[in-house]
Amino acid sequence: MAETDGKDSYLDMELLRFSTAGSVDDGKSTLIGRLMYDTKTIFEDQLEAVEQTSKQRGDENVDLALLTDGLRAEREQGITIDVAYRYFATPKRKFIIADTPGHIQYTRNMVTGASTANLAIILVDARHGVIEQSCRHSFIASLLQIEHVVVAVNKMDLVDWSEERFEEIVRDYKDFASRLDIPQITFIPISALHGDNVVNRSENMPWYEGSSLLFHLETVYIGPDANHIDARLPVQWVVRPHSDKWHDFRGYAGRVAGGVFKPGDEVTVLPSGFNSRIRKIHTFDGEIEEAFHPHSILVTLEDDIDISRGDMLVKPNNRPRVDQDIDAMICWFSEKRKLQAGDKLLVRHTTREVKAIIKSVQYKVNVNTLHKEEDNLTVGLNEIARVHLRVASPLFFDEYTRNRITGSLVLVDPFTHETLAGGMIRSL
Amino acid sequence: MMHRSYTVTHLEHLESEAIFILREVAAQFQKPVLLFSGGKDSICVAHLARKAFWPARIPFPLMHVDTGHNFSETMAFRDRFVAELGARLEVASVQASIDEGRVVEEKGALASRNGLQTVTLLDAIEKHGFDAAIGGARRDEEKARAKERFFSHRDDFGQWDPKNQRPELWNLFNGKMNAGEHFRVFPLSNWTEMDVWQYIKREKIELPGIYFSHRRTVFERGGTLMALTDFVTLQEGEEPSEEVVRFRTVGDATCTGCTLSKASTVDDIIAEVAAARQTERGTRSDDRRSETAMEDRKKQGYF
Ligand SMILES: Nc1nc2c(ncn2[C@@H]2O[C@H](COP(=O)(O)OP(=O)(O)O)[C@@H](O)[C@H]2O)c(=O)[nH]1
Repeated sequence: MAETDGKDSYLDMELLRFSTAGSVDDGKSTLIGRLMYDTKTIFEDQLEAVEQTSKQRGDENVDLALLTDGLRAEREQGITIDVAYRYFATPKRKFIIADTPGHIQYTRNMVTGASTANLAIILVDARHGVIEQSCRHSFIASLLQIEHVVVAVNKMDLVDWSEERFEEIVRDYKDFASRLDIPQITFIPISALHGDNVVNRSENMPWYEGSSLLFHLETVYIGPDANHIDARLPVQWVVRPHSDKWHDFRGYAGRVAGGVFKPGDEVTVLPSGFNSRIRKIHTFDGEIEEAFHPHSILVTLEDDIDISRGDMLVKPNNRPRVDQDIDAMICWFSEKRKLQAGDKLLVRHTTREVKAIIKSVQYKVNVNTLHKEEDNLTVGLNEIARVHLRVASPLFFDEYTRNRITGSLVLVDPFTHETLAGGMIRSL
Repeated sequence: MMHRSYTVTHLEHLESEAIFILREVAAQFQKPVLLFSGGKDSICVAHLARKAFWPARIPFPLMHVDTGHNFSETMAFRDRFVAELGARLEVASVQASIDEGRVVEEKGALASRNGLQTVTLLDAIEKHGFDAAIGGARRDEEKARAKERFFSHRDDFGQWDPKNQRPELWNLFNGKMNAGEHFRVFPLSNWTEMDVWQYIKREKIELPGIYFSHRRTVFERGGTLMALTDFVTLQEGEEPSEEVVRFRTVGDATCTGCTLSKASTVDDIIAEVAAARQTERGTRSDDRRSETAMEDRKKQGYF
């Protein structure tokens, strides 16, 4: 296991994945550029390229935002239209940023970015306060069950570093957020442009007693974010070496989706319902004594049971729902087609793929007002809707609020194979 | 007894994710292939593939797109490495593409075969009927890659359309496609150069010698130090000299630059990467032809 001498301190670095959202011009690119610049993630040749572009465009200053700007087509349109992933590290943690554009059309991207995040940063311009878009971003964070939300109140320099203004925004936001399900909300007043409270505590805001944004990102407790209670192992691949040395070896490979597995544990195989015990948990580096999310493992069982991809190993006294009727909140991604009751699609869930029919569209959610809309039940790009699906053979699932992996699915077009929607399973 | 907290290091996380992706490829595609350049990233991918399917062998072949402009050390390393893995190796040769008239070699002193690789690669994918080509590219390498997917869809011309990529949510990857299309798959998407080096150290992975400092005859071209090999012709004003250098990437010997370095162990390199002020690709002249060079090549079907 990990050596602990100072030199190899990276051997106990953790990983934190966060998403960022804000409306256009709230300073999101500047903030990300600042985080990367101050943690020395930006290299000279990247900086030079950006300086050159800034100069060509006739910008006054080097635009740090260009550092995180993506593809040419988007640059020409002057907007960001897809999720971009960025990386930086401090001695404590490695960070993966899902950088998602904030415009209303891009609910799709925000949902995508949030699906793998432990934390969301929502930017608010101190001058404008909590606006419709802040509410939308927060709704998506709660819908996707992000544990930690940071509301970064930016451009504090433009409101004279005012504590009153900050407190007013905190009050407004809390007022709104009380209608949402967000376990932890942290408010930080910052200036992305000048660096206040981004990496170092600001001298301009002595009234603020909390930590800087980076310190918060480095220390927020992410241990229990995954489910360690309900043991779930979706079988991904059956390993059969067919070699002399491993003649009768038959192992089941997969990534633990929840709970803890140990050798000797009694398990039930779904859908067959047969019981057996875990003989060993193998890895290339040797056998291990326990496995939990996100480990990718290989298990062998005491008994010879027919198991294939799409099956799931669980514990006999803790089973997921096994059902063909699914109730889900979905976010529609496709520009090419819409969704209506009666549509036939494919569902991908854990390692299974099954045919499905949309039994009904219950309602759509207006992402700005959170109101239900029931008059027009055709679901289009970037819309969020509650639907009932019936699948051709049962899925083994948990509620999304209990397990993000066994509770999530995507809808796929059976002809174009396009990914049409992401869905979060609710209890019926 | 209280259980220790369920924390996982970033390297464990990245390794588990890459193994998950590799197993998805084996399960979702009929005929995958692992693109093996002999560079450290593809060595890591091959190492991860061995771990993903152990104790069985890797259930797909490796393929080297060979420009013919190789450093001899990397070729010897390649053959040894593949033999040890017990994997099958296919070689797709750029020279053969030139001989068959599929491509025309660039002329002039600054000619490079990097651009030609795309045709050789796409031809080989078509010839073998590969439906997924696994590569070692990372999102941190270059701006155009920041939005790249794990499962990157290519149309029936092998082209990448940034507007037509599938959203990837949670652990769910959609590898379904129509006839003639294929996917590029990047298990190291979320790794940085530093992560790769830390992983090489943790796993004690062996690398070709050119990654470590050694004496070599070099010359300067366009601000980059280039190795003097049989494949390059010196231009006026270019003076060869002997220096202690190492390479940060392995590619076509005519366009891969090296840096002055005394880093002779993985630890030295980790220290060097931590202090580095230039990206790896900063030493590749093909990426500096224009600011969007990489993006343009990707659209045509480059790695
Ligand atoms: N005064 C001030 N300006 C800022 C701050 N953060 C960003 N800006 C400016 O706001 C504008 C929009 O910033 P940008 O990062 O491009 O916003 P994005 O659209 O959210 O990515 C730019 O002109 C920035 O220089 C800040 O903290 N204070």
